[in-house]
Amino acid sequence: MLKLHYNLEKVSMGFVAAIIVVASIGGLVEIAPLFTIDETVEIPDDLRPHTPLELAGREIYIREGCYACHSQMVRSLADEIDRYGPYSLAAESAYDHPMLWGSKRTGPDLARVGGKYSDDWHRRHLIDPRVVVPASIMPAYPWLARPLDTGLLGDELATLARLGVPYDDAKVAAAEADASAQSRPDSDGADAVRERYGAVIAVRVFDGDPWQLTEMDAVVAYLQSLGTLTKVPYEILAEGGQ
Amino acid sequence: MTDQNDPRQLPGADPHTGNRKVDPVTGYSTTGHDWGGISELNTAFPKLVIWALVLTFLYSVIAWILLPAWPLGRDYTRGLLGLDQGVEAVEGFRELTAERQGWLDRFATGDFATLQSDAALMGRAMPAAARLFDDNCAACHGTTGQGGPGFPVLADGSWLWSGTPEEVALTIRHGINANDDSRIAEMPAFDWMERADREALADYVAALPEGRGDTDIPAAALFAENCAACHGEGGAGGLEVGAPSLTDASVIYGQDRDTILRTLAAGRIGVMPAWSGRLSEAEINLLALYVTSLSAGNAETVQ
Repeated sequence: MLKLHYNLEKVSMGFVAAIIVVASIGGLVEIAPLFTIDETVEIPDDLRPHTPLELAGREIYIREGCYACHSQMVRSLADEIDRYGPYSLAAESAYDHPMLWGSKRTGPDLARVGGKYSDDWHRRHLIDPRVVVPASIMPAYPWLARPLDTGLLGDELATLARLGVPYDDAKVAAAEADASAQSRPDSDGADAVRERYGAVIAVRVFDGDPWQLTEMDAVVAYLQSLGTLTKVPYEILAEGGQ
Repeated sequence: MTDQNDPRQLPGADPHTGNRKVDPVTGYSTTGHDWGGISELNTAFPKLVIWALVLTFLYSVIAWILLPAWPLGRDYTRGLLGLDQGVEAVEGFRELTAERQGWLDRFATGDFATLQSDAALMGRAMPAAARLFDDNCAACHGTTGQGGPGFPVLADGSWLWSGTPEEVALTIRHGINANDDSRIAEMPAFDWMERADREALADYVAALPEGRGDTDIPAAALFAENCAACHGEGGAGGLEVGAPSLTDASVIYGQDRDTILRTLAAGRIGVMPAWSGRLSEAEINLLALYVTSLSAGNAETVQ
């Protein structure tokens, strides 16, 4: 064995090839099987994709760099469960392209923030965090009050559909209409959004202004959806982790 | 052609035995490489490192047997110990909360009078309740229950839905105007009303806390007709419907003329999220007792 190594060291290209072979065993054993093992990502029956309005909010979340300070993954550790709730499942971000797990927590984790605060709180907090949390160091985002540009939502849904997110042709075609209807509970389109995305989605005036569709509508709708896409993490926690 | 793998043909080697020159100082043989008279020692690989390698190999074999390890297509070997990260995390969580759970379970009953009379229990529970409040309630209601713009004060003894622990627990459980029918309260918009009437009404309501409720003016009739059904005669409020008193100093949105005009024009529908499902029944009861204790010192009007 050592003799083989002794001789291999003297054939430089052969030695480079040997290093590549040995180093890739680690990747092959640890990463490649995740693509075939069923347990890696088990899509729950009740998992729903984001609605167009939530998706627009997600884009703004990325645009404003929220992920730089907020993670979206409750790790499988006792104290994380105690503070945030059930640990995150891989399936919860299966429809996220890219996922926003993050690793830095200057602010709290947001994976379970949906439904924790009222829309009004989110609106005030985003416009000026110090109004509701005096000690907050989060920047203010007052410009979110501007109108939401929904022009690219149809294309975005179509792109995500090609990546395996369950948006059918009807959802893609209605993307813009659905984004606007989700923040107008009294409009004709409101029932259509519920029909397409399920009764569990929130159809509300997220920004407190029913006459205009704003970026605030989208961001608040997105934040209120975090952790509500499936109930399975809560069931798993109640059943003891498996 | 020289054969690279034949030690006898390498530079510095004995052409018959293949042995290299031995360094006279250290006694090690040399590699045969020569850089203008400087030769390289062929120092043996340290034994310690070889043993460390052997030990890590042994450990990995044991780990493969005991822990989840080898992929098998769609499945993987589970290991003899049957460990699962998710199960371990939940066990750890239960262990972490076990000490707390011992006394917290007593709050599940919701027998508030008995709980409150147990001084030892309350002494233990209230600091934990303060942390629970900080994590879940303080974002809107403030760390000391002082409220905020649009979010009710909890520390002033003035209530929207009654301040008994039972009612507070109900509010926490179901929220207000959340996805539940238990607590629904909406101030409708009076945008259909003549602007002059709205202004008269705003002046009238703005003056109510100062006790200047002149009952003979037309605005008083407007109030009796449109507002008194919820806010009570004279604006004393209605705990059954969550309508705030307009006669005391406690306000949510403000009781100046401009704010009232805005409220009349667009209505108000404040939302408190429902906490059942997110917090346990015992935690909700614990918080209800904590919230009622916030105003214990400064109850101005106990309704």
